[in-house]
Amino acid sequence: MHELAITQSMLDIVLEQAEKARAKKVSNINLTVGELSGFVEECVQFYFGFLAKETLAEGATLSFTSVPARARCQDCHKTFKLKEFDWTCPHCGGNNIEITAGKELFVESIEVE
Amino acid sequence: MEIKVLKNILSVNEQIAQKNRGLLDKNNIFTINIMSSPGAGKTSLILQTIKRLKDKTRIGVIEGDVSSSVDAETVGKEGVPVIQINTGGGCHLDANMVNNALSNLPLPDIDLLFIENVGNLICPASFALGDHKRVIVSSIPEGHDKPLKYPLMFHEANIVLLNKIDLLPYVAFDMKAFSQAIRNINEKLEIIPISCTTGQGIETWVSWLVAQMRKKNST
Ligand SMILES: Nc1nc2c(ncn2[C@@H]2O[C@H](COP(=O)(O)OP(=O)(O)OP(=O)(O)O)[C@@H](O)[C@H]2O)c(=O)[nH]1
Ligand SMILES: [Mg+2]
Ligand SMILES: [Zn+2]
Repeated sequence: MHELAITQSMLDIVLEQAEKARAKKVSNINLTVGELSGFVEECVQFYFGFLAKETLAEGATLSFTSVPARARCQDCHKTFKLKEFDWTCPHCGGNNIEITAGKELFVESIEVE
Repeated sequence: MEIKVLKNILSVNEQIAQKNRGLLDKNNIFTINIMSSPGAGKTSLILQTIKRLKDKTRIGVIEGDVSSSVDAETVGKEGVPVIQINTGGGCHLDANMVNNALSNLPLPDIDLLFIENVGNLICPASFALGDHKRVIVSSIPEGHDKPLKYPLMFHEANIVLLNKIDLLPYVAFDMKAFSQAIRNINEKLEIIPISCTTGQGIETWVSWLVAQMRKKNST
């Protein structure tokens, strides 16, 4: 259900851009998806097929680029990749971190005809 | 032809959340977003808090639910303004739903607003609402590994209330492992053990809440 709302927002952005460019058809959509964004690709694929019917984006393929979760330690200021269960800083052992990547959910670009 | 777009899919939500925040600040309403798994005790917590604070503070409640209005009815019996949002199957509240609810609440008559999010520990973390503080209600029967499974939610929270501690004698719950798992995600996150049934720990939570409210109102 979450994916339904997100897929609709994504489609709105895509259609707005495609119309602006006076495109006849959208053939591919490039999405940037952070590991922490809670975005399930299969669900989005499913809803997209359903929502895009009879729009410029009908039949477009979805390409996902995943962004790993990264953080900056607020104590030693180094950055590192977040592991699954433990967000401890591998450099100083601190647990005071700021997430710098992994929450993104972007329409990167679209390919139109 | 490729067209660069670079648009955040959640940006519409973020913008409305900021609008909500502006509206809440204008009306001096301290707003708490309460998140948990289904049944962890969000409604019970709101009821307990209203009982202790309603003579001192003017409270309002937004109840998010997938479909029913049971929670709103229960809370409404306490005599505070309540708005029910049905997400119609949706797994989280979004900023627009909260915006609609706000336009139906008597904002000048509210100092403290609770938003009960939909029972779910994943999606609500991605949707800003415009609140000031985020509270997670975890409960003993859910087990001590919850923070491991939903790190983002725990990272973004301001406090964790560990509810149903009256059930500790009956459930294998490793308190140490729970605290450690939380510390591994967010060192600063405070945990207050509570029971909405016996009232244990509720005073500590209410003191935290009142202190946060004062801090906000003095800035
Ligand atoms: N033993 C015990 N039961 C509790 C406690 N707090 C809540 N409950 C019970 O847990 C059940 C769910 O509580 P609610 O407050 O409705 O939980 P909720 O998080 O609002 O649930 P949803 O809105 O359905 O997600 C109810 O039967 C409560 O009576 C507690 O501290 N101890
Ligand atoms: Mg409830
Ligand atoms: Zn460090």
